[in-house]
Amino acid sequence: MRPVIEVSAIRKTYGRTVAVDEASFTVNEGEIFGLIGPNGAGKTTTMECVEGLRKPDRGSISVLGLDPFRQVYKLQERIGVQLQQAQLQKRIKVWEAVDLWASLYRKKKVNGERLLEQLGLLDKRGAWFMNLSGGQKQRLFIALALINDPEVVFLDELTTGLDPQARHAIWDLVRNMRDHGKTVFLTTHLMEEAERLCDRVAIIEHGRIIDIDTPERLVARHCPERTVLLDTDNPTAEERFNAIPKVESVVRAGLRFTIRGRGDDLVTDVIHCLSENRIRVTDFRTILPNLEDVFLKLTGHSIRE
Amino acid sequence: MLRGLWKLTWIEIKVFLREPMGAFGSIVVPVLLFVVLGRFAKNMPTPATLAVSSFSRAGVPVLVSILIAVSAVLSLVTIISIYREGGILKRLRATPLRPQTILTAHVLVKLVLTAATLVLMFLAGRRYLPPGVHAPLFSFTIALLITTWSISSIGFLIASIVPTARFAQPIGAVILYPMIVFSGLFVPIALLPPGLQAVAKALPFTYAVRLLQGIWNGDGWWAHASDVAALAVFFVVFTAVSAKVFRWE
Repeated sequence: MRPVIEVSAIRKTYGRTVAVDEASFTVNEGEIFGLIGPNGAGKTTTMECVEGLRKPDRGSISVLGLDPFRQVYKLQERIGVQLQQAQLQKRIKVWEAVDLWASLYRKKKVNGERLLEQLGLLDKRGAWFMNLSGGQKQRLFIALALINDPEVVFLDELTTGLDPQARHAIWDLVRNMRDHGKTVFLTTHLMEEAERLCDRVAIIEHGRIIDIDTPERLVARHCPERTVLLDTDNPTAEERFNAIPKVESVVRAGLRFTIRGRGDDLVTDVIHCLSENRIRVTDFRTILPNLEDVFLKLTGHSIRE
Repeated sequence: MLRGLWKLTWIEIKVFLREPMGAFGSIVVPVLLFVVLGRFAKNMPTPATLAVSSFSRAGVPVLVSILIAVSAVLSLVTIISIYREGGILKRLRATPLRPQTILTAHVLVKLVLTAATLVLMFLAGRRYLPPGVHAPLFSFTIALLITTWSISSIGFLIASIVPTARFAQPIGAVILYPMIVFSGLFVPIALLPPGLQAVAKALPFTYAVRLLQGIWNGDGWWAHASDVAALAVFFVVFTAVSAKVFRWE
Protein backbone atom coordinates (compact mmCIF):
# COMPACT_ATOMS: atom_id res chain seq x y z
CA MET A 1 0.00 0.00 0.00
CA ARG A 2 1.26 3.42 -0.98
CA PRO A 3 1.33 6.03 1.77
CA VAL A 4 -0.63 9.12 0.73
CA ILE A 5 -0.17 11.20 3.87
CA GLU A 6 3.01 11.09 5.89
CA VAL A 7 3.16 13.10 9.09
CA SER A 8 6.29 13.01 11.12
CA ALA A 9 6.79 14.54 14.56
CA ILE A 10 4.69 17.66 14.05
CA ARG A 11 4.21 20.07 16.92
CA LYS A 12 1.91 23.06 17.11
CA THR A 13 1.52 25.44 20.02
CA TYR A 14 -0.81 28.39 20.62
CA GLY A 15 0.85 30.57 23.20
CA ARG A 16 1.63 28.19 26.03
CA THR A 17 -0.93 25.59 25.00
CA VAL A 18 0.51 22.64 23.16
CA ALA A 19 -2.17 21.63 20.65
CA VAL A 20 -0.22 18.93 18.84
CA ASP A 21 2.80 17.28 20.36
CA GLU A 22 5.17 15.16 18.24
CA ALA A 23 2.38 13.54 16.24
CA SER A 24 3.44 11.01 13.61
CA PHE A 25 1.29 8.78 11.42
CA THR A 26 0.80 7.54 7.89
CA VAL A 27 -2.39 7.26 5.87
CA ASN A 28 -2.38 4.71 3.07
CA GLU A 29 -4.00 4.94 -0.32
CA GLY A 30 -7.62 3.82 -0.43
CA GLU A 31 -8.22 3.53 3.29
CA ILE A 32 -10.49 5.35 5.72
CA PHE A 33 -8.22 6.62 8.45
CA GLY A 34 -9.69 8.13 11.59
CA LEU A 35 -8.16 10.44 14.14
CA ILE A 36 -10.17 9.89 17.31
CA GLY A 37 -10.14 11.62 20.63
CA PRO A 38 -12.16 13.96 22.83
CA ASN A 39 -12.86 17.59 21.95
CA GLY A 40 -9.73 19.68 22.34
CA ALA A 41 -7.39 16.73 21.86
CA GLY A 42 -5.73 18.32 18.82
CA LYS A 43 -7.64 16.51 16.05
CA THR A 44 -8.67 19.58 14.10
CA THR A 45 -5.31 21.30 14.45
CA THR A 46 -3.56 18.17 13.20
CA MET A 47 -5.94 17.86 10.26
CA GLU A 48 -5.63 21.54 9.33
CA CYS A 49 -1.85 21.24 9.32
CA VAL A 50 -2.16 18.33 6.89
CA GLU A 51 -4.58 20.36 4.72
CA GLY A 52 -2.10 23.24 4.53
CA LEU A 53 -4.33 25.66 6.45
CA ARG A 54 -1.91 25.84 9.38
CA LYS A 55 1.82 25.62 9.59
CA PRO A 56 3.19 23.32 12.27
CA ASP A 57 5.98 24.78 14.42
CA ARG A 58 8.10 21.69 13.84
CA GLY A 59 8.04 18.40 12.00
CA SER A 60 7.27 17.52 8.42
CA ILE A 61 4.16 16.63 6.44
CA SER A 62 3.83 15.23 2.97
CA VAL A 63 0.50 14.78 1.19
CA LEU A 64 0.51 13.16 -2.25
CA GLY A 65 4.23 13.97 -2.30
CA LEU A 66 3.55 17.69 -1.76
CA ASP A 67 4.47 20.02 1.06
CA PRO A 68 1.02 21.18 2.23
CA PHE A 69 2.20 24.59 3.33
CA ARG A 70 4.55 25.61 0.55
CA GLN A 71 2.61 23.92 -2.26
CA VAL A 72 -0.83 24.63 -0.83
CA TYR A 73 -2.54 25.58 -4.12
CA LYS A 74 -1.17 22.54 -5.92
CA LEU A 75 -2.39 20.43 -3.04
CA GLN A 76 -5.85 22.04 -2.91
CA GLU A 77 -6.40 21.01 -6.55
CA ARG A 78 -6.07 17.36 -5.55
CA ILE A 79 -7.80 17.20 -2.17
CA GLY A 80 -11.34 17.78 -0.93
CA VAL A 81 -11.97 19.38 2.43
CA GLN A 82 -14.91 19.51 4.79
CA LEU A 83 -14.20 21.78 7.75
CA GLN A 84 -15.66 21.53 11.22
CA GLN A 85 -18.43 24.08 11.85
CA ALA A 86 -18.01 25.77 8.50
CA GLN A 87 -20.67 28.04 7.07
CA LEU A 88 -21.40 29.46 3.67
CA GLN A 89 -22.97 32.77 2.71
CA LYS A 90 -26.43 32.71 4.31
CA ARG A 91 -28.27 33.47 1.09
CA ILE A 92 -26.17 31.54 -1.40
CA LYS A 93 -28.20 28.93 -3.25
CA VAL A 94 -27.15 25.29 -3.25
CA TRP A 95 -26.51 25.20 -7.00
CA GLU A 96 -24.58 28.50 -6.85
CA ALA A 97 -22.23 27.09 -4.22
CA VAL A 98 -21.61 23.97 -6.29
CA ASP A 99 -21.16 26.05 -9.44
CA LEU A 100 -18.74 28.42 -7.70
CA TRP A 101 -16.69 25.60 -6.24
CA ALA A 102 -16.57 23.81 -9.59
CA SER A 103 -15.15 26.97 -11.19
CA LEU A 104 -12.27 27.12 -8.71
CA TYR A 105 -10.56 23.96 -9.86
CA ARG A 106 -8.56 23.29 -13.00
CA LYS A 107 -9.91 19.78 -13.29
CA LYS A 108 -13.50 19.61 -14.54
CA LYS A 109 -14.55 16.03 -14.13
CA VAL A 110 -17.50 15.92 -11.81
CA ASN A 111 -20.98 16.87 -12.92
CA GLY A 112 -22.36 19.10 -10.18
CA GLU A 113 -25.98 18.21 -10.88
CA ARG A 114 -25.20 14.50 -10.67
CA LEU A 115 -23.34 15.05 -7.45
CA LEU A 116 -26.35 16.85 -5.95
CA GLU A 117 -28.53 13.99 -7.13
CA GLN A 118 -26.26 11.39 -5.50
CA LEU A 119 -26.33 13.34 -2.26
CA GLY A 120 -30.10 13.73 -2.35
CA LEU A 121 -29.97 17.51 -2.70
CA LEU A 122 -31.44 17.92 -6.16
CA ASP A 123 -34.79 19.16 -4.87
CA LYS A 124 -32.91 21.68 -2.72
CA ARG A 125 -30.75 23.10 -5.50
CA GLY A 126 -32.52 26.47 -5.42
CA ALA A 127 -32.67 26.74 -1.61
CA TRP A 128 -30.64 29.25 0.37
CA PHE A 129 -27.90 27.82 2.54
CA MET A 130 -29.48 29.31 5.69
CA ASN A 131 -32.69 27.36 5.07
CA LEU A 132 -31.06 23.93 4.89
CA SER A 133 -31.24 21.44 7.75
CA GLY A 134 -28.06 20.31 9.51
CA GLY A 135 -27.91 17.11 7.50
CA GLN A 136 -28.50 18.95 4.22
CA LYS A 137 -25.72 21.42 5.02
CA GLN A 138 -23.33 18.56 5.74
CA ARG A 139 -24.29 16.87 2.47
CA LEU A 140 -23.69 20.13 0.63
CA PHE A 141 -20.25 20.39 2.25
CA ILE A 142 -19.58 16.83 1.12
CA ALA A 143 -20.61 17.84 -2.40
CA LEU A 144 -18.18 20.77 -2.28
CA ALA A 145 -15.45 18.46 -0.99
CA LEU A 146 -16.01 16.05 -3.90
CA ILE A 147 -16.54 18.56 -6.72
CA ASN A 148 -12.92 18.31 -7.95
CA ASP A 149 -12.87 14.49 -7.86
CA PRO A 150 -10.17 14.62 -5.16
CA GLU A 151 -7.66 11.88 -4.43
CA VAL A 152 -7.82 12.49 -0.69
CA VAL A 153 -10.91 13.64 1.21
CA PHE A 154 -10.66 15.31 4.62
CA LEU A 155 -13.71 15.15 6.87
CA ASP A 156 -13.60 16.93 10.22
CA GLU A 157 -16.31 15.87 12.69
CA LEU A 158 -18.60 15.09 9.81
CA THR A 159 -21.65 13.86 11.67
CA THR A 160 -21.53 15.96 14.85
CA GLY A 161 -24.98 17.28 15.66
CA LEU A 162 -26.82 15.03 13.22
CA ASP A 163 -29.60 12.63 14.10
CA PRO A 164 -28.87 8.89 13.81
CA GLN A 165 -30.66 8.53 10.49
CA ALA A 166 -28.68 11.32 8.82
CA ARG A 167 -25.53 9.93 10.39
CA HIS A 168 -26.03 6.48 8.88
CA ALA A 169 -26.74 8.00 5.48
CA ILE A 170 -23.50 9.95 5.65
CA TRP A 171 -21.51 6.89 6.71
CA ASP A 172 -22.73 5.18 3.57
CA LEU A 173 -21.51 8.14 1.53
CA VAL A 174 -18.06 7.93 3.12
CA ARG A 175 -17.81 4.19 2.42
CA ASN A 176 -18.84 4.96 -1.12
CA MET A 177 -15.91 7.38 -1.43
CA ARG A 178 -13.50 4.64 -0.42
CA ASP A 179 -15.13 2.22 -2.86
CA HIS A 180 -14.37 4.77 -5.58
CA GLY A 181 -10.69 4.58 -4.72
CA LYS A 182 -10.41 7.73 -2.65
CA THR A 183 -8.41 7.98 0.53
CA VAL A 184 -10.42 9.36 3.44
CA PHE A 185 -8.90 11.05 6.47
CA LEU A 186 -11.48 11.88 9.13
CA THR A 187 -11.70 13.00 12.73
CA THR A 188 -14.41 12.05 15.16
CA HIS A 189 -15.11 11.92 18.85
CA LEU A 190 -17.76 9.27 18.28
CA MET A 191 -16.31 5.85 18.97
CA GLU A 192 -19.15 4.12 17.21
CA GLU A 193 -18.43 6.13 14.08
CA ALA A 194 -14.76 5.21 14.18
CA GLU A 195 -15.52 1.56 14.80
CA ARG A 196 -18.03 1.25 11.97
CA LEU A 197 -16.30 3.39 9.40
CA CYS A 198 -12.53 3.38 9.81
CA ASP A 199 -10.08 0.86 8.47
CA ARG A 200 -7.48 2.23 10.86
CA VAL A 201 -7.62 4.72 13.70
CA ALA A 202 -5.14 6.82 15.63
CA ILE A 203 -6.09 7.67 19.20
CA ILE A 204 -5.06 11.19 20.15
CA GLU A 205 -5.17 12.88 23.52
CA HIS A 206 -3.58 16.13 24.72
CA GLY A 207 -2.00 16.46 21.27
CA ARG A 208 -0.22 13.12 21.53
CA ILE A 209 -0.96 10.06 19.46
CA ILE A 210 -1.26 7.14 21.85
CA ASP A 211 -1.73 4.22 19.47
CA ILE A 212 -2.57 3.46 15.84
CA ASP A 213 -4.11 0.31 14.37
CA THR A 214 -7.30 -1.27 13.07
CA PRO A 215 -10.16 -1.00 15.57
CA GLU A 216 -10.18 -4.79 16.02
CA ARG A 217 -6.48 -5.02 16.74
CA LEU A 218 -6.60 -2.07 19.13
CA VAL A 219 -9.34 -3.81 21.07
CA ALA A 220 -7.51 -7.14 21.04
CA ARG A 221 -4.27 -5.51 22.17
CA HIS A 222 -5.57 -3.29 24.92
CA CYS A 223 -8.80 -4.96 26.01
CA PRO A 224 -8.51 -8.76 25.75
CA GLU A 225 -11.15 -9.16 28.47
CA ARG A 226 -14.31 -11.05 27.55
CA THR A 227 -17.45 -11.35 29.63
CA VAL A 228 -20.20 -13.95 29.35
CA LEU A 229 -23.54 -13.45 31.09
CA LEU A 230 -25.83 -16.43 31.44
CA ASP A 231 -28.76 -17.66 33.52
CA THR A 232 -28.96 -21.23 34.75
CA ASP A 233 -30.39 -23.16 37.70
CA ASN A 234 -27.91 -26.04 37.32
CA PRO A 235 -26.37 -26.59 40.80
CA THR A 236 -23.00 -27.75 39.43
CA ALA A 237 -22.58 -24.84 37.03
CA GLU A 238 -20.40 -22.63 39.18
CA GLU A 239 -17.89 -25.39 39.76
CA ARG A 240 -17.76 -26.24 36.04
CA PHE A 241 -17.24 -22.64 34.99
CA ASN A 242 -14.41 -22.21 37.43
CA ALA A 243 -12.73 -25.22 35.89
CA ILE A 244 -12.42 -23.53 32.46
CA PRO A 245 -8.73 -22.64 32.10
CA LYS A 246 -9.07 -19.05 30.76
CA VAL A 247 -11.76 -17.99 33.21
CA GLU A 248 -10.56 -15.46 35.77
CA SER A 249 -13.68 -14.92 37.81
CA VAL A 250 -17.18 -16.28 38.17
CA VAL A 251 -19.71 -14.13 40.01
CA ARG A 252 -23.12 -15.51 40.86
CA ALA A 253 -26.21 -13.50 41.73
CA GLY A 254 -29.31 -15.66 41.94
CA LEU A 255 -29.54 -17.51 38.63
CA ARG A 256 -27.31 -14.99 36.86
CA PHE A 257 -23.63 -15.87 36.31
CA THR A 258 -21.03 -13.34 35.21
CA ILE A 259 -17.98 -15.10 33.79
CA ARG A 260 -14.89 -13.04 33.06
CA GLY A 261 -11.72 -14.10 31.28
CA ARG A 262 -9.27 -13.20 28.55
CA GLY A 263 -8.79 -14.01 24.90
CA ASP A 264 -10.98 -14.74 21.91
CA ASP A 265 -11.39 -18.40 22.94
CA LEU A 266 -13.23 -17.66 26.17
CA VAL A 267 -16.70 -17.62 24.61
CA THR A 268 -16.09 -20.88 22.75
CA ASP A 269 -14.76 -22.50 25.90
CA VAL A 270 -17.86 -21.51 27.85
CA ILE A 271 -20.19 -22.83 25.14
CA HIS A 272 -18.18 -26.03 25.00
CA CYS A 273 -18.47 -26.42 28.77
CA LEU A 274 -22.24 -25.87 28.62
CA SER A 275 -22.82 -28.51 25.98
CA GLU A 276 -20.40 -31.05 27.45
CA ASN A 277 -22.06 -30.85 30.85
CA ARG A 278 -25.58 -30.50 29.44
CA ILE A 279 -26.14 -27.31 31.41
CA ARG A 280 -29.45 -25.77 30.47
CA VAL A 281 -29.36 -21.97 30.16
CA THR A 282 -32.29 -19.57 29.85
CA ASP A 283 -30.21 -16.58 28.77
CA PHE A 284 -26.78 -16.18 27.19
CA ARG A 285 -25.01 -12.96 26.32
CA THR A 286 -21.47 -11.84 25.66
CA ILE A 287 -20.00 -8.44 26.35
CA LEU A 288 -17.10 -7.59 24.07
CA PRO A 289 -14.96 -4.53 24.67
CA ASN A 290 -14.97 -1.82 22.03
CA LEU A 291 -12.95 1.26 21.15
CA GLU A 292 -14.66 3.12 23.97
CA ASP A 293 -13.09 0.68 26.43
CA VAL A 294 -9.74 0.98 24.68
CA PHE A 295 -9.91 4.73 25.07
CA LEU A 296 -10.84 4.42 28.73
CA LYS A 297 -7.96 2.05 29.35
CA LEU A 298 -5.37 4.14 27.51
CA THR A 299 -6.33 7.52 28.93
CA GLY A 300 -7.87 6.62 32.26
CA HIS A 301 -11.10 8.45 31.46
CA SER A 302 -14.08 8.19 29.17
CA ILE A 303 -14.06 10.14 25.90
CA ARG A 304 -17.17 12.04 26.98
CA GLU A 305 -15.58 13.54 30.09
CA MET B 1 -4.61 33.61 -10.44
CA LEU B 2 -7.96 35.22 -11.06
CA ARG B 3 -9.82 31.95 -11.52
CA GLY B 4 -13.12 32.18 -9.73
CA LEU B 5 -12.97 35.98 -9.34
CA TRP B 6 -15.87 36.86 -11.64
CA LYS B 7 -18.07 34.04 -10.46
CA LEU B 8 -17.38 34.88 -6.82
CA THR B 9 -18.04 38.59 -7.46
CA TRP B 10 -21.29 37.83 -9.24
CA ILE B 11 -22.47 35.48 -6.49
CA GLU B 12 -21.55 38.01 -3.81
CA ILE B 13 -23.59 40.69 -5.62
CA LYS B 14 -26.59 38.37 -5.76
CA VAL B 15 -26.18 37.35 -2.12
CA PHE B 16 -25.94 41.02 -1.11
CA LEU B 17 -29.08 41.99 -2.99
CA ARG B 18 -30.99 39.15 -1.35
CA GLU B 19 -30.18 40.68 2.04
CA PRO B 20 -33.12 43.01 2.64
CA MET B 21 -31.39 45.48 4.98
CA GLY B 22 -28.12 45.40 3.05
CA ALA B 23 -29.54 46.76 -0.16
CA PHE B 24 -31.85 49.17 1.64
CA GLY B 25 -29.19 50.65 3.90
CA SER B 26 -26.56 51.01 1.21
CA ILE B 27 -28.67 52.19 -1.72
CA VAL B 28 -31.97 53.67 -0.56
CA VAL B 29 -30.70 55.63 2.45
CA PRO B 30 -28.02 57.64 0.61
CA VAL B 31 -30.44 58.45 -2.19
CA LEU B 32 -33.04 59.72 0.30
CA LEU B 33 -30.36 61.67 2.13
CA PHE B 34 -29.34 63.34 -1.11
CA VAL B 35 -32.89 64.34 -1.94
CA VAL B 36 -33.48 65.78 1.53
CA LEU B 37 -30.16 67.63 1.71
CA GLY B 38 -30.54 68.82 -1.85
CA ARG B 39 -33.92 70.35 -1.13
CA PHE B 40 -32.50 71.99 1.97
CA ALA B 41 -29.47 73.44 0.14
CA LYS B 42 -31.64 74.77 -2.68
CA ASN B 43 -33.77 76.77 -0.27
CA MET B 44 -30.77 78.31 1.49
CA PRO B 45 -30.31 82.05 1.01
CA THR B 46 -27.47 83.18 -1.23
CA PRO B 47 -24.26 82.35 0.63
CA ALA B 48 -22.18 85.19 1.99
CA THR B 49 -18.69 83.77 2.15
CA LEU B 50 -16.66 81.90 -0.41
CA ALA B 51 -16.39 78.79 1.78
CA VAL B 52 -20.12 78.45 2.17
CA SER B 53 -20.65 79.18 -1.47
CA SER B 54 -18.38 76.32 -2.53
CA PHE B 55 -20.21 74.03 -0.11
CA SER B 56 -23.53 74.72 -1.68
CA ARG B 57 -22.19 74.37 -5.20
CA ALA B 58 -20.41 71.05 -4.83
CA GLY B 59 -20.82 70.31 -1.14
CA VAL B 60 -24.01 68.31 -1.07
CA PRO B 61 -23.21 65.96 -3.95
CA VAL B 62 -19.65 65.47 -2.68
CA LEU B 63 -20.74 64.94 0.92
CA VAL B 64 -23.37 62.41 -0.03
CA SER B 65 -20.94 60.69 -2.40
CA ILE B 66 -18.37 60.41 0.38
CA LEU B 67 -21.07 58.97 2.60
CA ILE B 68 -21.89 56.43 -0.10
CA ALA B 69 -18.24 55.42 -0.25
CA VAL B 70 -17.97 55.20 3.54
CA SER B 71 -21.15 53.17 3.87
CA ALA B 72 -19.90 50.79 1.16
CA VAL B 73 -16.65 50.36 3.08
CA LEU B 74 -18.52 49.85 6.37
CA SER B 75 -20.59 47.20 4.66
CA LEU B 76 -17.34 45.63 3.46
CA VAL B 77 -15.99 45.59 7.03
CA THR B 78 -19.19 44.01 8.33
CA ILE B 79 -19.31 41.34 5.64
CA ILE B 80 -15.66 40.42 6.06
CA SER B 81 -16.05 40.06 9.82
CA ILE B 82 -19.25 38.04 9.49
CA TYR B 83 -17.50 35.79 6.95
CA ARG B 84 -14.57 35.37 9.27
CA GLU B 85 -16.72 34.61 12.30
CA GLY B 86 -18.85 32.11 10.39
CA GLY B 87 -15.84 30.31 8.95
CA ILE B 88 -16.82 31.26 5.41
CA LEU B 89 -13.43 32.84 4.71
CA LYS B 90 -11.73 29.73 6.01
CA ARG B 91 -13.87 27.49 3.86
CA LEU B 92 -13.07 29.58 0.79
CA ARG B 93 -9.39 29.36 1.60
CA ALA B 94 -9.52 25.55 1.66
CA THR B 95 -9.73 25.67 -2.15
CA PRO B 96 -7.26 26.77 -4.84
CA LEU B 97 -8.75 30.27 -4.45
CA ARG B 98 -6.08 32.86 -3.61
CA PRO B 99 -6.79 35.00 -0.52
CA GLN B 100 -6.35 38.19 -2.54
CA THR B 101 -8.95 36.96 -5.03
CA ILE B 102 -11.50 36.63 -2.22
CA LEU B 103 -10.88 40.18 -1.00
CA THR B 104 -10.74 41.61 -4.53
CA ALA B 105 -14.17 40.13 -5.24
CA HIS B 106 -15.58 41.91 -2.19
CA VAL B 107 -14.07 45.25 -3.23
CA LEU B 108 -15.51 44.79 -6.73
CA VAL B 109 -18.94 44.18 -5.24
CA LYS B 110 -18.66 47.42 -3.28
CA LEU B 111 -17.52 49.35 -6.37
CA VAL B 112 -20.49 48.10 -8.37
CA LEU B 113 -22.75 49.02 -5.47
CA THR B 114 -21.22 52.50 -5.19
CA ALA B 115 -21.65 53.18 -8.89
CA ALA B 116 -25.25 51.95 -8.82
CA THR B 117 -26.11 54.09 -5.80
CA LEU B 118 -24.54 57.16 -7.35
CA VAL B 119 -26.46 56.76 -10.58
CA LEU B 120 -29.71 56.26 -8.67
CA MET B 121 -28.93 59.31 -6.60
CA PHE B 122 -28.61 61.50 -9.67
CA LEU B 123 -31.70 60.08 -11.28
CA ALA B 124 -33.74 60.67 -8.15
CA GLY B 125 -32.28 64.02 -7.19
CA ARG B 126 -31.61 65.72 -10.48
CA ARG B 127 -34.15 68.44 -9.94
CA TYR B 128 -32.62 69.42 -6.59
CA LEU B 129 -29.24 70.21 -8.08
CA PRO B 130 -28.52 73.93 -8.16
CA PRO B 131 -29.52 75.43 -11.49
CA GLY B 132 -26.83 75.68 -14.10
CA VAL B 133 -24.85 72.72 -12.77
CA HIS B 134 -23.74 70.34 -15.48
CA ALA B 135 -21.50 68.00 -13.58
CA PRO B 136 -19.47 65.47 -15.58
CA LEU B 137 -21.26 62.44 -14.16
CA PHE B 138 -19.08 59.80 -15.79
CA SER B 139 -15.83 61.32 -14.54
CA PHE B 140 -17.42 61.95 -11.16
CA THR B 141 -18.43 58.30 -10.90
CA ILE B 142 -14.88 57.23 -11.75
CA ALA B 143 -13.55 59.62 -9.11
CA LEU B 144 -15.89 58.14 -6.50
CA LEU B 145 -14.89 54.61 -7.45
CA ILE B 146 -11.24 55.55 -6.97
CA THR B 147 -12.20 56.98 -3.58
CA THR B 148 -14.11 53.86 -2.53
CA TRP B 149 -11.28 51.65 -3.71
CA SER B 150 -8.76 53.65 -1.70
CA ILE B 151 -10.84 53.70 1.48
CA SER B 152 -11.57 49.98 1.18
CA SER B 153 -7.97 49.41 2.29
CA ILE B 154 -8.80 51.15 5.59
CA GLY B 155 -11.81 48.84 5.69
CA PHE B 156 -9.51 45.81 5.57
CA LEU B 157 -7.45 47.27 8.37
CA ILE B 158 -10.56 47.81 10.49
CA ALA B 159 -11.79 44.32 9.58
CA SER B 160 -8.46 43.00 10.85
CA ILE B 161 -8.85 44.57 14.27
CA VAL B 162 -12.55 44.17 15.09
CA PRO B 163 -12.92 41.33 17.59
CA THR B 164 -16.37 40.13 16.50
CA ALA B 165 -18.83 40.82 13.71
CA ARG B 166 -21.16 42.51 16.17
CA PHE B 167 -18.66 45.35 16.71
CA ALA B 168 -17.65 45.69 13.08
CA GLN B 169 -20.21 48.31 12.06
CA PRO B 170 -19.95 50.59 15.15
CA ILE B 171 -16.15 50.43 15.35
CA GLY B 172 -15.89 51.10 11.64
CA ALA B 173 -18.27 54.04 11.91
CA VAL B 174 -16.40 55.52 14.88
CA ILE B 175 -13.14 55.34 12.94
CA LEU B 176 -14.35 56.48 9.54
CA TYR B 177 -16.94 59.19 10.11
CA PRO B 178 -14.74 61.56 12.16
CA MET B 179 -12.20 61.42 9.35
CA ILE B 180 -14.71 63.19 7.10
CA VAL B 181 -14.72 66.18 9.46
CA PHE B 182 -11.09 66.88 8.56
CA SER B 183 -11.58 66.34 4.87
CA GLY B 184 -11.93 70.02 3.93
CA LEU B 185 -15.55 69.52 3.11
CA PHE B 186 -16.94 71.59 5.95
CA VAL B 187 -14.02 73.80 6.81
CA PRO B 188 -11.30 74.47 4.23
CA ILE B 189 -8.05 72.80 5.28
CA ALA B 190 -6.21 76.12 5.11
CA LEU B 191 -8.41 77.49 7.91
CA LEU B 192 -7.63 74.60 10.28
CA PRO B 193 -4.99 74.95 13.03
CA PRO B 194 -1.58 73.60 11.90
CA GLY B 195 -1.90 70.41 13.97
CA LEU B 196 -5.22 69.49 12.41
CA GLN B 197 -3.90 70.42 8.99
CA ALA B 198 -1.25 67.72 9.45
CA VAL B 199 -3.96 65.23 10.50
CA ALA B 200 -6.00 66.14 7.45
CA LYS B 201 -3.05 65.59 5.16
CA ALA B 202 -2.50 62.14 6.63
CA LEU B 203 -6.05 61.03 5.80
CA PRO B 204 -7.27 59.90 2.39
CA PHE B 205 -10.52 61.86 2.66
CA THR B 206 -8.73 65.17 2.13
CA TYR B 207 -7.56 64.01 -1.30
CA ALA B 208 -10.87 62.32 -2.05
CA VAL B 209 -12.81 65.52 -1.35
CA ARG B 210 -10.42 67.64 -3.42
CA LEU B 211 -10.68 65.18 -6.29
CA LEU B 212 -14.47 64.92 -6.14
CA GLN B 213 -15.01 68.66 -5.79
CA GLY B 214 -12.61 69.38 -8.62
CA ILE B 215 -14.16 66.86 -10.99
CA TRP B 216 -17.63 68.08 -10.04
CA ASN B 217 -16.67 71.64 -10.90
CA GLY B 218 -15.33 70.56 -14.26
CA ASP B 219 -11.58 70.25 -13.65
CA GLY B 220 -9.61 67.93 -15.90
CA TRP B 221 -8.03 64.73 -14.57
CA TRP B 222 -4.51 66.13 -14.97
CA ALA B 223 -5.24 68.84 -12.44
CA HIS B 224 -5.96 66.10 -9.89
CA ALA B 225 -3.31 63.55 -10.80
CA SER B 226 -1.65 64.19 -7.44
CA ASP B 227 -4.90 63.45 -5.56
CA VAL B 228 -5.37 60.19 -7.45
CA ALA B 229 -1.74 59.32 -6.75
CA ALA B 230 -2.22 60.09 -3.05
CA LEU B 231 -5.30 57.84 -2.90
CA ALA B 232 -3.33 55.08 -4.60
CA VAL B 233 -0.52 55.48 -2.06
CA PHE B 234 -3.04 55.20 0.79
CA PHE B 235 -4.40 52.03 -0.77
CA VAL B 236 -0.96 50.47 -1.08
CA VAL B 237 0.10 51.41 2.45
CA PHE B 238 -3.10 50.32 4.22
CA THR B 239 -3.32 47.12 2.17
CA ALA B 240 0.27 46.27 3.03
CA VAL B 241 -0.36 46.85 6.74
CA SER B 242 -3.59 44.86 6.75
CA ALA B 243 -1.91 42.02 4.83
CA LYS B 244 0.41 41.76 7.85
CA VAL B 245 -2.28 41.79 10.52
CA PHE B 246 -5.29 40.27 8.73
CA ARG B 247 -6.82 37.23 10.40
CA TRP B 248 -8.74 34.72 8.32
CA GLU B 249 -10.46 33.02 11.23
